[in-house]
Amino acid sequence: MQFGIFSVGDVTQDPTTGRTPSEGERISAMSAYALKAEEVGLDVFATGEHHNPPFMTSAPTTHLAWIAAQTQRLQLSTSTTLITTTDPVRIAEDYAFLQHLSGGRVDLMMGRGNTGPVYPWFGKDIRQGIPLAIENYHLLRRLWREEVVDWKGKFRTPLQGFTATPRPLDGTPPFVWHGSIRSTEIAEQAAYYGDGFFHNHIFWNIEHTAQMVDLYRRRFEHYGHGSADQAIVGLGGQVFMAGSEAEAKKTFRPYFDEAPVYGHGPSLEEFTRMTPLTVGTPEMVIERTLGFADAVGDYQRQMFLIDHAGLPQDVVLEQIEILGREVVPVLRREFEARRPAHVPSDPPTHASLVADGLGAPHHLVAPAAKVDLTVPTTGARASA
Amino acid sequence: MTRRIVVLTAGLSQPSSTRLLADRLTDAVTTQVSARGEAASVEVIELRELAHDLATTMTTGGLPTPAVEAARETVAAADAVIAVTPVFAASYSGLFKMFVDVLDPESIAGMPVLIAATAGTARHQLVLDHALRPLFSYLRAAVVPTGVFAATDDFGGPGSQDLGHRISRAAGELATAVVAAGVEGFGQEARRRSVRGVTAGEVTDFEDLLAGLGQ
Repeated sequence: MQFGIFSVGDVTQDPTTGRTPSEGERISAMSAYALKAEEVGLDVFATGEHHNPPFMTSAPTTHLAWIAAQTQRLQLSTSTTLITTTDPVRIAEDYAFLQHLSGGRVDLMMGRGNTGPVYPWFGKDIRQGIPLAIENYHLLRRLWREEVVDWKGKFRTPLQGFTATPRPLDGTPPFVWHGSIRSTEIAEQAAYYGDGFFHNHIFWNIEHTAQMVDLYRRRFEHYGHGSADQAIVGLGGQVFMAGSEAEAKKTFRPYFDEAPVYGHGPSLEEFTRMTPLTVGTPEMVIERTLGFADAVGDYQRQMFLIDHAGLPQDVVLEQIEILGREVVPVLRREFEARRPAHVPSDPPTHASLVADGLGAPHHLVAPAAKVDLTVPTTGARASA
Repeated sequence: MTRRIVVLTAGLSQPSSTRLLADRLTDAVTTQVSARGEAASVEVIELRELAHDLATTMTTGGLPTPAVEAARETVAAADAVIAVTPVFAASYSGLFKMFVDVLDPESIAGMPVLIAATAGTARHQLVLDHALRPLFSYLRAAVVPTGVFAATDDFGGPGSQDLGHRISRAAGELATAVVAAGVEGFGQEARRRSVRGVTAGEVTDFEDLLAGLGQ
């Protein structure tokens, strides 16, 4: 199983000091978090993509390329890549380039973006969010899989005899996740292509997350990619840890109370009950996280949000240290102990996709089996 | 078949005249449903008790607290709704609107609804038709023709007998709607209402989504 950290890249005032880091400081802090993640044995670092303040994550491939150059092993990912407002031609070329630079340590997560005003800046309309995500991603698949593309769609200029360059590393496109909080169309999209499904989870109760994952799993099986419990699932979560629960709460509370996203609203305790937020000891985080698999089935990737709400760099680095040294080794052991043999431990990687060969379904633009719709699907649940 | 009547009441004090009106409407409706040979069960949602949960839900990007989730499911599963609010600043109260704002719009589409309001003076009586009726029209609820407005004078004052008449007329209309809706073959019974979130299993086949874009 893969464990990692993901960031939305918010530039937020530290409520305890009143100091707001510069964009440059945040960029360099996020880079330091990625290096620390590799150092302490985490598997994945993922950056968000935003084009509006207070975020600074507008150039993910530039950032990930820098990180790739400083690391050996770390998987580089996104959280998310905006498939709605970014031209699929740009995504195809940028990420294929990054694959070459990083030796294949790249996967990416598609997302739609939920900030209405951003869409027109890129000539798009948020009301078309779902159709944009569907059309653009299908084009992206073709650009990565077909040498020469003739294409005509609804949302961008047609392509005639176009070849995206560079071609994906080893002729093998990166693995793709689709991130969605409550749009069933996106879970369906992930299932149709046999891609991964990521539930951010951070603002939702586990029951809701489980419902979305269950839908994806059932449709993954429906489209012939394997049994429901073999579908590739990732979850988010956010934690803050210290030696005791009281100490963790005392340190984190001012950040929580003032956070742009949930501050001035629910109490830390309410939010802990309602969402995966865990503020306490590493043991508490381990117990809570293991519980996720009871709700969504055995899954392949767990990402933690640890650098938001104005937390200072030294505190975040310490959190990554605790995650890597105390939490993840136990989680790895426990998750593997409960995982049935036929359920994959890791999501596909460049190495595994190359090993599968060029004839594998991953190389098809539309790998879904043509399903006989007259036969009802079983809809088996992933876990008892 | 027992009809589920759900009462939304947005009074802020205790006891409140809004709750008092809600109770009188509820009694009248259950009586009238029984008079049509059917049984009725009643669930009252005191919105005052949800005030903090509603604020929390709104400030966390729509993540419902367990109490808000339960209330939403109660409304979605109802056969009819009695909605009663005090008048604040020429309209329904903010608390009342907060609850409506977290409902899934689909959850009360087509549902019989009786609207009612209380205020200090009769000068606010148009609130029913200027505020509450448009709100529920937007939600495509089936609002019964008679709305019930009660000013202070209507409780024990010279208008109290008229209030009683309005209550029974409105209750009769709601009872007729809810009993008719439950008769097999009239379509309402089979209708499944959704609450916000995921209704697992209902998903458009991806081939259709792609084909819709000409791919």
